[in-house]
Amino acid sequence: MTDTVLSVRSLQVEFASRRGTLRAIDGVSFDIAKGEVLGVVGESGAGKSVTGLAVIGLIDPPGRIAGGEIHLAGTRIDNLPPEEMRRVRGKRIGMIFQDPLTSLNPLYKIGDQIVETIRTHLNLSELAARRRAIDLLAEVGIPAPEKRIDGYPHEFSGGMRQRVVIALAICAEPELIIADEPTTALDVSVQAQIISLIKRLGRDHGTAVMLVTHDMGVIAEASDRVAVMYAGRVAEIGPVQAVVKNPLHPYAKGLMGAIPTLAGEDKRLVQIPGSMPRLSAIPRGCSFNPRCAFAFDRCRVERPEPLAQGAQSVACHLYDNAPAESAA
Amino acid sequence: MLAFTLRRAIQAIGVMIAVGIISFSMFRFAGDPVNQMVSMDTSGAERAAIRQSLGLDDPVIVQFGRYVANAAQFKFGISYQFRLPVTNLLMERMPATLELAICATIFAMLGGILMGVYSALRRDTLLAHAFQAISLIGISLPTFLIGILLIYLFSVTLGWLPSFGRGDVVHIGWWTTGLLTLSGLKALIMPSITLGLFQMTLIMRLVRAEMLEVMRTDYIRFARARGLTTRAIHFGHALRNTLVPVITVAGLQFGSVIAFAIITETVFQWPGMGLLFVQAVQNVDIPIMAAYLMMVSLIFVTINLVVDILYTIVDPRLRSTVSRAH
Repeated sequence: MTDTVLSVRSLQVEFASRRGTLRAIDGVSFDIAKGEVLGVVGESGAGKSVTGLAVIGLIDPPGRIAGGEIHLAGTRIDNLPPEEMRRVRGKRIGMIFQDPLTSLNPLYKIGDQIVETIRTHLNLSELAARRRAIDLLAEVGIPAPEKRIDGYPHEFSGGMRQRVVIALAICAEPELIIADEPTTALDVSVQAQIISLIKRLGRDHGTAVMLVTHDMGVIAEASDRVAVMYAGRVAEIGPVQAVVKNPLHPYAKGLMGAIPTLAGEDKRLVQIPGSMPRLSAIPRGCSFNPRCAFAFDRCRVERPEPLAQGAQSVACHLYDNAPAESAA
Repeated sequence: MLAFTLRRAIQAIGVMIAVGIISFSMFRFAGDPVNQMVSMDTSGAERAAIRQSLGLDDPVIVQFGRYVANAAQFKFGISYQFRLPVTNLLMERMPATLELAICATIFAMLGGILMGVYSALRRDTLLAHAFQAISLIGISLPTFLIGILLIYLFSVTLGWLPSFGRGDVVHIGWWTTGLLTLSGLKALIMPSITLGLFQMTLIMRLVRAEMLEVMRTDYIRFARARGLTTRAIHFGHALRNTLVPVITVAGLQFGSVIAFAIITETVFQWPGMGLLFVQAVQNVDIPIMAAYLMMVSLIFVTINLVVDILYTIVDPRLRSTVSRAH
């Protein structure tokens, strides 16, 4: 693909702890194309947010990127010096965090915060930056932006604050937006608005979006492709329709089965037995094997590598027929 | 905003009346004031006449009413030892104490904020650890000891700074200042450090703890994700949020700086209100003690009020909750 914006290859993130090094991300690879929305789902602790933070270079010690490469529009960014990486943040990658109530500095007018960010990255005068800030607020759907620009964060509702956060994330026209659970803290009715806003911005500006969430509804609604993460690895990745309708990985199947639907209400929800392993106790072989109904001997010994299955890619031995045939 | 200020002012008046009761009762529990004024051979009739003229025969409540009414006009009676109005004595001494307290506070704020910010941002450096150690000394050493050690080092051994007094002062109206003469400034250095050291270490520890707390918040993480410079994040965003509680503490501490000045003024023979008070205690000069108590309370209450109002200026969230609540 020539218009790949973000390319992550075999990313590893480690956290040094008292009980040894914990590997939070272990060999994650994916691409996001221009204008594409990649949804990243998984349980809490699966490594979704850490992946996002690794891309934008905000993994704080004791954590560190231990291996792999991250490329942004062809340039490698995971090994940039701190000052150059700072210039990438906000300018080429915008980030939206989970809680809009705490993402904005309560002591500064929102306009000041936007102007500050614009002037950090673009060579604009105070006045031009302010005009741009008003345009941005209008674009993210804040009514009467020329008046609201002088408001303080506490004068905005949660949904409106998330719009301000989005305006801040896109104020320097980034090539990539990382949205880390952007709707989790919001009312359901507001969630849909924010999702369609992010989708529209991605489409209008050709921005690639990495949408991290544990809400399958948000993924189905917003993303083009979806990556299912489990215990620091990508279990399955593919076009959203295919993964939702026809999940291949047993974990993805379990995840889709656990979504309540308004239609088939008589259907029992399927639970995935057990819980995700702690980072200090990831099982040998496939990390999902203790909870997997289809696990066989090989799953307990050998780690499955991603296999292409049509448009999807799945890391599961069930789909690896070659060694079985050769053994026969 | 106005209603808020008004409500706080009414509360302040309530506090002052309570302090007035305590201050008034000092007269009644510290013996018969007439005995303090007259000599041994004064006759009973003369004593009764004095008692009558001072209104000491009136019911307590009437006397208290009169006391409060006088205090509200800053009339605190005549000092037993100086035979001068207490108000004049206090006013004469106040500039010295206020100058000392203000210099000590500025020293404490500057030193405390700089050291606090540094030790929060460069947590693992040698200098940060040194600051922590110094702060431990400042918090645990008693004021008079620090004063005496400073005098020993800079006055006795090195002979750089005067060991007592205020140096030459300049009169500006009723105010006297030592800030305009070299000897006045030199005399101010050691007392200010002595008085401010405890506050400085307190502010330093507070700034450090607050700054570390603020650096962990979401809006700092978001500021980093926006690609702001480290400088803008540390000094634009983190420091301002740190200063909100620091202003409160520093403001409230200003009251205790004035109150603690008693010790520093005694050590350095600083001609301020504190020294006057210590002399008053030694001579059972109740009008001065009572007036000093009222005065320090008034300063405390006023500072509290100012800090509350300042708070709303620094933190916009309080501005609207304040106006919404009334």
